[in-house]
Amino acid sequence: MTPERIDLIVDGTPASLDAPPEMPLLWALRHGLGHTGPKFGCGMALCGACTVFVDGKSVRACVTPVGSVAGQVVTTVEGLDDAVGAAVQAAWAEGSVPQCGYCQAGQVMGAVALLRATPRPTDAQIDDAMRGHLCRCGAYPRIRAAIHAAAERLATSGADD
Amino acid sequence: MRRRTFILAGLGAGGALVVGWALTPPRQRLRGSHPPETPEGAVALNGWVVIGADGVVTVVSPKAEMGQGITTALAMLVAEELGCRWEDVRVAPSPIDRIYGNIAVIVDGLPFHPDADGPLVRSMRWLTAKTMREVGVMMTGGSSSVRDCWEIARQAGATARAALLEVAAERAGVDVATCRASQGRIAAGDRSFSYGELAADAASRRPGRVTLKAPSEFTLIGRDIPRLDAADKARGAPIFGLDVRVAGMKYAAVAMAPTFGAVPTEVDTAPAPGVHALFTLEPTGFGEPAAVVAVADTWWHAREALRTRRITWSESPQATLSSDAILAELRDAAREPSGIPFRSTGDPEDIIAQATSVIEATYEAPYLAHATMEPMNATVRVTDGAAECWVGTQVPGFARGAVAKVLDLAPEQVTLHQQSLGGGFGRRLDVDFIAQAAAIAKRVPGVAVQLLWSREDDMRHDAYRPAAVGHLRAVLGDAAQPIRAIASHSASQAPFKSYSRRVGFALTAAGPDKTTAEGTWDQPYEFGAIRSTHAEREFAVPVGSWRSVGHSHQAFFVESFLDECALAAGRDPLEFRLAMLGAHPRAAAVLRLAAERAGWRADGTVVDGVAQGLALHWSFGSLVAQVAEVERGGPDGFRVRRIVSAVDCGLPVHPAGVRQQVESSVIMGLSAALRGAVTITGGAVGQGNFHDYPLLRIDECPVIETHLVASEAVPSGIGEPALPPVAPAVANALARLTGVRLRTLPLRLPTEARA
Repeated sequence: MTPERIDLIVDGTPASLDAPPEMPLLWALRHGLGHTGPKFGCGMALCGACTVFVDGKSVRACVTPVGSVAGQVVTTVEGLDDAVGAAVQAAWAEGSVPQCGYCQAGQVMGAVALLRATPRPTDAQIDDAMRGHLCRCGAYPRIRAAIHAAAERLATSGADD
Repeated sequence: MRRRTFILAGLGAGGALVVGWALTPPRQRLRGSHPPETPEGAVALNGWVVIGADGVVTVVSPKAEMGQGITTALAMLVAEELGCRWEDVRVAPSPIDRIYGNIAVIVDGLPFHPDADGPLVRSMRWLTAKTMREVGVMMTGGSSSVRDCWEIARQAGATARAALLEVAAERAGVDVATCRASQGRIAAGDRSFSYGELAADAASRRPGRVTLKAPSEFTLIGRDIPRLDAADKARGAPIFGLDVRVAGMKYAAVAMAPTFGAVPTEVDTAPAPGVHALFTLEPTGFGEPAAVVAVADTWWHAREALRTRRITWSESPQATLSSDAILAELRDAAREPSGIPFRSTGDPEDIIAQATSVIEATYEAPYLAHATMEPMNATVRVTDGAAECWVGTQVPGFARGAVAKVLDLAPEQVTLHQQSLGGGFGRRLDVDFIAQAAAIAKRVPGVAVQLLWSREDDMRHDAYRPAAVGHLRAVLGDAAQPIRAIASHSASQAPFKSYSRRVGFALTAAGPDKTTAEGTWDQPYEFGAIRSTHAEREFAVPVGSWRSVGHSHQAFFVESFLDECALAAGRDPLEFRLAMLGAHPRAAAVLRLAAERAGWRADGTVVDGVAQGLALHWSFGSLVAQVAEVERGGPDGFRVRRIVSAVDCGLPVHPAGVRQQVESSVIMGLSAALRGAVTITGGAVGQGNFHDYPLLRIDECPVIETHLVASEAVPSGIGEPALPPVAPAVANALARLTGVRLRTLPLRLPTEARA
C-alpha cells in the first residue's frame, strides 16, 4: 500500500499518479485519472466490462496492477481514434447494440481487438473472441451483427483508399 | 364465453383505497407543480416538452432508462404529435412530481383476470387510477412505461404544438386553422416560423382539447429508428451512477453481514492508508444489513482496508436457514388446499376426486439474483439542512424519501439527480443501497460520498426472485374441452408485498400479493373448471421483483404441465392448446404464428437431432408464443439451437425496440432456465460472482427469431413478456428429445440422460 509515482500514457496523453503499484489499473483510471469509460463489473476478470488496451494488447483492467503497466500506453474506449474504433462505434450506434449500455465499453474494446487481428471474422470467431464479455441485457445477436457490419464497412473503405 | 367467478380475496389494494383525494382529471398530468429544468434559452411548454430558442426539443422523461429503450419510445410518442424534427430531440429526466406517477403499473397490479370487465372491476380500476393520479408514485417497472405514457405523452406533444400554432397565427395575423406545423416549423399565411422562435411566447398558452392522430396518420410511431442512446453508450459516455464525479468526493466500500441478521461485534479500527473514516452502520430499515464502512480516496483503498481487517460478526439468528429446507417447506405448502384463492370456476376438486385418472406434477424454481452489470451504487452529499443524491433508480420518489428519512429531512430538502441505470430488472426498485449511502454520507458532512457495492455485495444482498413450488393436477376431457378440471396450488414468499414493506408503500404492503400467483389464473385458456390458489410463506431471504416477477416461474409450471397433459392425451401440444383458446383469438394467432414460422412438427418427431417444444404466455397485457429447438451436445448434454417468438403487444411503437426486448428477455430467460440458482446455506447466500452465478455467454446464445403481430390495439408491455415462456419451451423440447421431463429449474439432465 506504499504509493509510488507511476507514469502512463492514457488515450494519447501523458498521465501520472501516486498510487500503490498493486492497485488495479481500473481504479487508477477511474479514481486516479478521471477515465470513466472502463467499467467495474466483477473485479475478477469474469465479465470484460473493464477491458482496455495496454500497448495495443487487450487486458482486464480490474486485475491488472497499475505498477505492471508503468510507462506503457493505455487506450480506453474514450480514446479509440483509429478507423477500426470508429467503424465499431458507428456500427454499434446504427445497429442499436446497447441496451443498458454498461458493458458496452468493454464489448466495443473486445470487438476492436478482434477486428484488428481478424478483419473478416466468422460467427464462430466472434463467439470465441467475445465470450469473455458478459451482457445481462442480452445484446449478443446484435453484437454479432454489428461486428460483421463494422468488418464490411472497413473492407469497403479500405478498398476505396 | 364461459362465465367466470372472481374471488374477492384477491383484492390486494382494496383496503387501502379509502384515502382522501381530489378529483384529478387525466389532463392534469400535463402540468405539475415542479416545472422541468430548462437550459439557458429554453422554456417548458408543459411538464413533458421543453423547447429551446435553437429549436432543440427536450422530452422530459419520468421513466428510468435501464436498457429497455423507453427513452427512444417516449420521445417518439411526444415527437409524433409535436411535429418536430427527430434530429432535434433530446431526452432529460423529469423532476419528481405527481403528474409523473405511474398509474398503469398499479391498476394492472390489481388481481383481476385480464378478461374481467364487469361493473365491480371497472369501478375498482377507475378508483385505483384516480388514487394513483393523486398519490403519484414514480416507478419504472411492470413493463408499463409505454402503456402508462401512451395517452399523456402524445397529448403533451399535441398540446405543445397547439400552443405554437396559436402564437404563429397571431404573429402572422391569420386564422390558426390555416396554419400548418411540420418538421419543427409552422407555415402561417405567407410567413414561416421555427418552433424555437415561437417557444418563449407559447409557454404561457393553455390550448384546450386537442385531437390526437389516428394510427394511419403516424409518421414516426411504428418506424425502426436507431436508439437515441446508442452512440453515447458505444463511446463509454459517463452516464451511469458509478460515473458521477463531484468535486472533493470520496468513495465508500462496505463489509456487510455475511449471514442474514448478523451484526459486527468487534472491528479493528486501526487507520489505513488513504482511508478517512471507518465505522459500523446499523441497518437503515430499507432492507440492507448491518455493515462496516470505509470511506477513502479511492474505492480500492476503502475495499482493501475492509478486506485486510479483522471483523467479528454475531451468530446469525438464521444460522440454520437453507434453501433446501425452504423448498421442503414450500413443497408441503403447495399441497395445502388452503392457500389464497385467485380464481375459482366450477368445482375441480370434486371432478378430480371422482376421476379415475388424474395427471399430477410438482415443479420447482430457485431463488434468482438480478445481477445487473452495474453493481448497486449511489452518491450522496449532506450539507446543512439539505442533501443531494446521484443515483440510477426505478423509483426516484421512494429513493428521495429514503434519503430524507435517513437524514431527518423533508423530501423537498433532498435533490435527486437521476442517472442511466446499468441494468434494472426490478433490482433498482429497491432503495436499500441508496439509504445506506445516505447514512454513510451523514457521517462525513459536506463531502460527497460514492458508495459502491462489489459484485459479491450485490449478489449476496439482493432482493431475490423467490424460490417457488407449484403443484398441479388435471383431469383430461375430450376434443372440444381438452381439460375438464385443473387445480393449481403454488407456494412462495410474496415479492411485491415484501418490497412494499421495505420501501414503505402502504397500498400494497398488506393483503394478497398478485405477483405470487400471476401466470397461473390469468391465462387465456378455457378449462372446464379451475381453482388456483397460492400459499404465502415468510423467510429471512429478501425477495422482490425479478423481471416478469411471478410469471417468471409460474409460466414454467403451467406451460410444462399443459405439455404433459397434451402428451398424456396423445395430442399435439399446439392443437391441444388451440382447442382451449376459442375465446382468445389473439392468443391463438400468436401460437399459430410461432408454430408456422418455426416449422412446427405436429407429430413431435426429432429431425436431424433437433427436437421442438412450445409455450404460450400472457403477461403485462402482451401475448408471446415461443418454439424452442434443442439438440444433443455440449457439457450439459444438450444445447438450445433456436428460439422463435411470436409477439402481440398491441401497436409496436418502436418495432426495433420491441424485437430488442424480446431478444433480451429470451437471453435472460435462458440464463435462468439453464444456469440460474441462488442457494442459501447456514443463513448465507452461496453465490458471489459470475463464476458461481453464470450468465449466458455469446457462444451459448442461440439463433433468436422474432415475429410481431401487426396491430393497432393500445400498446401493452414488452420489457418482460417474452421471458416467461422460454424455460417451459426449452423443457418441453427436452422432453421430446430425451424422454426425460425436467420439473425443476435450472434444467439439468441427469447424468445418464446426457449421452
